[in-house]
Amino acid sequence: MSFVRFENVSLAYTEDGPRAIEDVSLDVREGEFVAVVGPSGCGKSTLMKLVSGLRLPNDGYVYVNGRQVGGPLNLVGMAFQAANLLPWRTTLQNVMLPMEIVEPYRSELRSKRAEFEQRARAQLAAVGLAGCEDKFPWELSGGMQQRASICRALIHKPRLLMLDEPFGALDAFTREELWCMLRDLWQAQPFTVILVTHDLREAVFLADTVYVMSARPGRILERREIDLPRPRDLDLTYTDQFARHVHALREHIGHVRKH
Amino acid sequence: MAIRQKTLMRLAPWAVTLFLVIMWEGICVSFAVPEFLMPAPSAVFKAGIATAGPIFEHATQTFFTTLVGFALAVAVGLVIGAVVGSSPLVYKALYPMLVGFNSIPKVAFVPVLVVWFGIGTVPAILTAFLISFFPVVVNVATGLATLEPELEDVLRSLGASRLDILRKVGLPRAMPYFFASLKVAITLAFVGSVISETVASNLGIGYLMMSASSSMNMPLVFAGLIVIGAMGVVMYELFAALERRLTGWAHRGAGAAL
Ligand SMILES: Nc1ncnc2c1ncn2[C@@H]1O[C@H](COP(=O)(O)OP(=O)(O)OP(=O)(O)O)[C@@H](O)[C@H]1O
Ligand SMILES: [Mg+2]
Repeated sequence: MSFVRFENVSLAYTEDGPRAIEDVSLDVREGEFVAVVGPSGCGKSTLMKLVSGLRLPNDGYVYVNGRQVGGPLNLVGMAFQAANLLPWRTTLQNVMLPMEIVEPYRSELRSKRAEFEQRARAQLAAVGLAGCEDKFPWELSGGMQQRASICRALIHKPRLLMLDEPFGALDAFTREELWCMLRDLWQAQPFTVILVTHDLREAVFLADTVYVMSARPGRILERREIDLPRPRDLDLTYTDQFARHVHALREHIGHVRKH
Repeated sequence: MAIRQKTLMRLAPWAVTLFLVIMWEGICVSFAVPEFLMPAPSAVFKAGIATAGPIFEHATQTFFTTLVGFALAVAVGLVIGAVVGSSPLVYKALYPMLVGFNSIPKVAFVPVLVVWFGIGTVPAILTAFLISFFPVVVNVATGLATLEPELEDVLRSLGASRLDILRKVGLPRAMPYFFASLKVAITLAFVGSVISETVASNLGIGYLMMSASSSMNMPLVFAGLIVIGAMGVVMYELFAALERRLTGWAHRGAGAAL
């Protein structure tokens, strides 16, 4: 039984406009870590919007948790490509936002606010944002905003975590640190992850399965299972095995770009 | 240097006011302008002191009339603005009506109000309301209608209801627009209540000025004008301060300079 299932899904943003993605089919198991790579503008963010129910397909079907997606679901946590923090809220208040919306936290918020805030603080500390809780988003750097938005996506412990290029604006060291954070979180308490990225090493290091998409209109060109043993360590990224996976993906992307 | 810049900023409005008053006095005195045409500031001041009691009484009347009309305008404007701004259909349906209504000079409406409610405070309150609710509606509606779809998506992706979205992003996002409109609305409310008092009341600064001018007491007319202006400035500043306090996030660049 797949947790997320696409059956021949197509979407055009405007009627009789060009299709952003076309005839996409894929299956994601519960607890699977999936990465999606592809050239810019190929429809990766569109794919995320379809899974989260922010957009409905023109053709085909999207299923999440065994049900056809007809609108947003609260078992999803999503970090958007842009951080999209609310500028009138402090970092902590931004991270707390899902707790004010998603049940059962919503009804418990009154009695357990302190506990939830503690959780938000711990989450922020885990991404290196301790001490920034009371700052407003515009007082944070781009990378810090992105990290805060990851915290917001995680805070309500979603069963399906969607990350749209979450580490794009970070330096190499912070990025690798956050890979490990995400890996540990996922390892400790498995949930399903769909990660969009441009970084092939990131995809191979984190994912069980990598999908390669073609240039627009986006189609799935290749599904590659990453059979590297877990738990994975950063040292793994220097092995031949790892490099082979990256190379193979690289070939496909290069192929896409020639056409 | 920065401190001197700041004191300069603070003193500039007072300096300009003082300069204008001196110019005014100077022109009146040097050209011997008759008092029944254009009284000098000193004469206005004297008249103000001499009639301080009645002026205070009428000003209080105008002040509270204006505030009641303004409060109504804010409440009604906020509701209509929220409805208009969150539904494109209502927006399309109501907008021409609102614009058309706003184009009618409100002074033309006063006689109608007098027929309905008689002479006195009620028409003044309603005129203040009618003239000041439009900017509130427009601004709240604009604030809601220009909400970035990305911010809305953050809430929608969590399965938030439309009401949640309105409460958590729509209204907070519209607050800077709302507070900006309050500054405009309060000054317009004074215009509305004074217009109505001038035409159809025996109370209020508008009435005081009307009766003073019919007895050619120009210094008192000017004293009335200055009192209205002063109340307007004070209320404007009050709402400007409130705006800075509550929506500082939207003015962070300019806020630092103020
Ligand atoms: N809101 C929208 N309205 C109209 N067209 C859109 C919209 N969002 C995306 N598109 C179009 O859909 C296509 C896919 O966009 P999408 O954002 O999914 O790309 P992406 O793969 O995420 O790219 P990137 O890697 O640069 O983020 C693009 O051609 C884009 O022009
Ligand atoms: Mg994208």
